[in-house]
Amino acid sequence: MPTTTLDGDAAAPAQGNLKSRLRRAERLRKVKAVSLVAPLALFLVVVFVVPIGSMLFNSTDNGSLRQIMPQTASSLQQWDGEGLPGEATFAAFADELRDSRRGGGLGSVGRRLNYEDSGFRGLLMRTLMGLPPASDNWRDTLVEIDPAWGETATWRGIQAAAPPRTDRYLLASLDLERGPDGEVQRVDQQDRLYQAVFQRTMVIAGGVTLICLALGFPLAYLLATLPARTSNLLMILVLLPFWTSLLVRTAAWIILLQSNGLANQSLMALGLVESPLQLVFNRIGVFFAMVHILLPFMVLPLYSVMKGISPSFQRAAVSLGAHPFAAFWQVYVPQTVSGVAAGTILVFIMALGYYITPALVGGPADQMVSYYVAYYTNTTNNWGMAAALGSILLVVTLLLYLVYHRLVNRRQLIRR
Amino acid sequence: MALPPYASPAEKLWFWAFRVLCGLVLLFLITPVLVIIPLSFSSGSFLTYPLPGFSLRWYTEIFDPSGPWLAALKNSLIVAPLATLLAMALGTLAAVGLNRADFPGKGMLLALLISPMVVPLVIVAVGMYFFFAQVGLLNSYSGLVLAHTVLGVPFVVITVNATLQGFDFNQVRAGASLGASPMRVFFTVVLPQILPGVVSGGLFAFATSFDEVVVALFIASPTERTLPIQMFSGIRENISPAIAAMATILILLSTLLLVTMELLRRRSERLKGSVE
Repeated sequence: MPTTTLDGDAAAPAQGNLKSRLRRAERLRKVKAVSLVAPLALFLVVVFVVPIGSMLFNSTDNGSLRQIMPQTASSLQQWDGEGLPGEATFAAFADELRDSRRGGGLGSVGRRLNYEDSGFRGLLMRTLMGLPPASDNWRDTLVEIDPAWGETATWRGIQAAAPPRTDRYLLASLDLERGPDGEVQRVDQQDRLYQAVFQRTMVIAGGVTLICLALGFPLAYLLATLPARTSNLLMILVLLPFWTSLLVRTAAWIILLQSNGLANQSLMALGLVESPLQLVFNRIGVFFAMVHILLPFMVLPLYSVMKGISPSFQRAAVSLGAHPFAAFWQVYVPQTVSGVAAGTILVFIMALGYYITPALVGGPADQMVSYYVAYYTNTTNNWGMAAALGSILLVVTLLLYLVYHRLVNRRQLIRR
Repeated sequence: MALPPYASPAEKLWFWAFRVLCGLVLLFLITPVLVIIPLSFSSGSFLTYPLPGFSLRWYTEIFDPSGPWLAALKNSLIVAPLATLLAMALGTLAAVGLNRADFPGKGMLLALLISPMVVPLVIVAVGMYFFFAQVGLLNSYSGLVLAHTVLGVPFVVITVNATLQGFDFNQVRAGASLGASPMRVFFTVVLPQILPGVVSGGLFAFATSFDEVVVALFIASPTERTLPIQMFSGIRENISPAIAAMATILILLSTLLLVTMELLRRRSERLKGSVE
């Protein structure tokens, strides 16, 4: 702000004083503002960001071999992977194997090593049974108990579990693995699981998004162009499902689509089908329920953009001789692009993470990535795999969110 | 969007086809919500039409004091209001702070505050499961309240932020210059004006907690079993008209929420109109 300099130099000290006081007041205001945001920011960092961050960090955690068998792990890390490790390694291993039974660590080591080769747990158990209290030559003793200890591959398996961090889970979730020489390669055809899972997730999320756009665009257009009274009334039909519990809607679809449900009853009454169709617990059910749940998230942003488009542009185009369809397609639709982009990305992001709906109305072949994250956490305790799949899902989601963020002002996220 | 009298037959056909399509979409949206209600009054134990007869037996079942439904409802009524209040307090403060002054990293901060809304629920659930296990909050009401606060707070931040866009902070200065304490200024000047945003954000947060299954499945034990978990396992194991009865009550609740939101929206529109 240009203050007067009428008094010349005489006023300079006072003015400087005022400036610094202003600056101080401004700084104080900023500090106050930040301190208002701080409680929530700290809360979210502690309860949300750090837990998720450390969970994702788990995707590179190499399991407990290092804690249960520290000496074996460190001596194997120095081994060059050729032939067999030295006698010291064998002795340390025999020693720590015996100790692991007491602490209960054998189970977790066995589980981790089983990811390398599914025979490891049994091998450890057998070896423990036959382990003598002492031996002069542990190498021979162990090979005698089980010839597997004389094979390089066995020790390489343990070696792979020795470092504190590993990329095996992240690679595995992309259907990749490390070959015998450490180079990254694709896993065998019959073991490629996750590619199909990610593909399925994309297909379901993409399909749901496209159907939502195809159904939501005309509906939003109708609502935006009808007189306010009628459109407010019809808007209730969009907003009531929007506010209704997700579980209620999922249950309703199971009831509607079951073999003796209303959908099949009507189809049969109309003579369209002879016997009831299987409409639920398969992909059809997933599409019906997910489109129903996500459609309002497409309609609402589209509606709010369309509401701001003046109909006079389209009228002008028609009066200048454009065909009404051309006017609609070339004049109206381009103005809705921001709404289309917002709705599409929003629905796609939400669909990507779906878990409950496919779990309830889908079959085993309709489960998306989230299902496998939950499955590995709850059922098999394979936390590395759960974290790795979760990381990929999260990265994809956040990238899309970033795009969304650029396209839409955050305020428009919720219109009502 | 009436059809002009000079419309050609093709335009007429298109017009009516378009209306029929929209009608079908609206039917698709509302049918599931409406179909489930009559089934809750069925005297039979199957969820099929036609109904064998009318009865209130499923309502007596869900309101059985020793049954699982009432216990689950009670748990949800403990967790959801607490999470909502916490989210409203933290979210409102943060939104006011964000609008009070410009400071570096504001955009990033807002993105952080809204991020619980976009992160897939399973990831939130697994992360909190491990974290709560470490700090002893697993299988506790407090853990559930904190988790649902995280999920509800972005809605409060967004709605209050939106209401504050039209707020003139000179009013705060005026209040302070008249000798009011910052607390007094907040409660008598700021809060009454942003209340619609605070309340609608709170309603969103409440609805979120009242409908949240995934995180609760991971971090709650059977003692803290909330209504959505009870619904989830009911649908999964044995889908009976008791679910339809609970669904009817929930639809009633969502109608109530919808009406409240609509009234709030009208009020804030009226307020805006009177200023302009």
